[in-house]
Amino acid sequence: MTTYLESLRSGLHRAMSSDERVYMFGEDIADPYGGAFKVSKGLGTAFPNRVRSTPISEAAITGIATGMALRGMRPVVEIMFGDFLTLCADQIVNHATKFRGMFADQVSVPMVLRTPMGGGRGYGATHSQSLEKIFLGTPGLNIVAPSHAHDPGALLAKAILEGRDPILFLEHKMLYPADLLDPRGPVSVETVDDGERWPTALLRNFDSGMPDVTVIAYGGTARLILPLMEEFAAEEIAILTVLPSRISPLPEDTLVEAARRSGRVVVAEEGTGGFNWGSEVAATLNDRLFGQLHKPVRRVSSAAAIIGASAESEGDVLIDEADIEDAIMEVLQ
Amino acid sequence: MTHQKRLSVVPAPHDEARLEALFRTMTLIRTVERKLLDLFASGKLRGTVHTCLGQEAIAAGVVGALDPARDAVCSNHRGHGHFLAYCGDSRGLIAEIMGRPEGVCRGLGGSQHLQAGNFYSNGILGGMSPVAVGIAMAEKEKGSGGICTVFHGDGAMGEGAIYEAMNVAALWKLPVLWAIEANQWAQSTPIAAEQAGDLADRARTFGVGVDIVDGNDVLAVNDAARAAVETLRAGHGPRLLFLQTYRLGPHSKGDDDRDPAEIERHWADDPVARAAGLLDSLLTADIDQAVSADIDAIVDGLLAA
Repeated sequence: MTTYLESLRSGLHRAMSSDERVYMFGEDIADPYGGAFKVSKGLGTAFPNRVRSTPISEAAITGIATGMALRGMRPVVEIMFGDFLTLCADQIVNHATKFRGMFADQVSVPMVLRTPMGGGRGYGATHSQSLEKIFLGTPGLNIVAPSHAHDPGALLAKAILEGRDPILFLEHKMLYPADLLDPRGPVSVETVDDGERWPTALLRNFDSGMPDVTVIAYGGTARLILPLMEEFAAEEIAILTVLPSRISPLPEDTLVEAARRSGRVVVAEEGTGGFNWGSEVAATLNDRLFGQLHKPVRRVSSAAAIIGASAESEGDVLIDEADIEDAIMEVLQ
Repeated sequence: MTHQKRLSVVPAPHDEARLEALFRTMTLIRTVERKLLDLFASGKLRGTVHTCLGQEAIAAGVVGALDPARDAVCSNHRGHGHFLAYCGDSRGLIAEIMGRPEGVCRGLGGSQHLQAGNFYSNGILGGMSPVAVGIAMAEKEKGSGGICTVFHGDGAMGEGAIYEAMNVAALWKLPVLWAIEANQWAQSTPIAAEQAGDLADRARTFGVGVDIVDGNDVLAVNDAARAAVETLRAGHGPRLLFLQTYRLGPHSKGDDDRDPAEIERHWADDPVARAAGLLDSLLTADIDQAVSADIDAIVDGLLAA
């Protein structure tokens, strides 16, 4: 079995081996430390000149990657915690993602910013967030957030080697030790591509016929949905879970088609409640399927609150299986 | 920081050709900037411009020390002069600011967002310093021998990204040349009300060598830039030129609450007049006339289209 983390590490290794223009920047990423979550372990030994541990300067390393990309390199930045993306925001929003458009397609910025999001490990309010809502919908920015139902390493290598515009690549801390899903397990996994070849994983807990409920989610939230799908299978409730790998822009057609099949939709994410990914998914389904759904789209997320460090606070604030289960039961009524 | 007027050294004979070329660039910048302000005043431009009247010697002298084929320039909101010194494309620049498809970025960039060849400008103060470090690193890794120059005003020295970038550039000995145009005013605020300590000294704490230069003496600027470029190409790491000057024009179009007497005093140190004073007056009059005729024709052509 391969874990999510091992897959990412081998994807980085493949990308660096196959293209000498790939450089990695990040805090504490060189060996022997190999990054706070060990995703880059071994890479600094294999490619000492191209794997650079940097000063604690997130804005600088994001801008450095942007400059490298402008000049034909394929840089990868690791931001140690996704929470620190706020420190990169100006470089992402007003530099990296602006250049191609405002310079009339005369330049391109093929760079990848990797970062782990998510709570559940007791790191407290500033090291546990899923801050992607700040960047969702930013023109010129692709946000990719694989789950363990995808091949995260292959997606990372593709992002690094084939990207044309900046890609924010979101990993989830709680998925790092998880085994990648066996597509022939009790929950089947099928992969479909959106128009730009970013795969969406379709998970089914049933063999044939139409689903009773469609669950739309991404990244770490997948780990909460899988056990539920097995439980619901025992009750013969058919669930289709849709996990896009690229969450912004949305793979609209895939989502609409999956929603149409059941007419009962739950959108689940770990970010805070309101003004979030689920809002955009719900609005898109409303536009495209007005009058065709049996129930309003039900959004589930973490609370609109800080994530306290204690286990109790994490339990209160973060989305969990029970929240998703309740939402599924609600749309089934 | 007070501006000290210094007399330019009379050029040696072998410098005359260089001075003439620099003067030509300065005249082009001055003429285009004045034309842009006129176009605004007559309602023929939208958006905004930040002109560099009074700072032409810096654009001409610094960019004139670069090899445009391999060296990159990262510029700022006040970047028309840098752009003209880099490629001389006055028609592309004016059309860009007019929002025309003939503009260097098809009118999508506008005054503050210019790109051509190895030239990139952006309107976020301080933000191009990290980008410049990345460009310099790319060129170093490719072994092109290229360097990257990044322009900031003294007002932008309040932005933290500059210091993050300087630290990395010094640590990794990357060929970045910081050109700080100390024009003494940050929009409407005098620099003494914004910056503590000695601005020029800040880079030294990173181990970045600093040259303090009379930014209104185009030969002194060009000499300092050429020497700095040489040390960068030799792999000795970044340097910073601290170029003392004065913004003679408004921050953008007409927003100027400064004491007119102060501005008037600084016109006595006008860098374009100083350079002209070192050249034959018939020659400078010819250059002036030719450049004006050229820019008038470009603008008339664009307005007629």
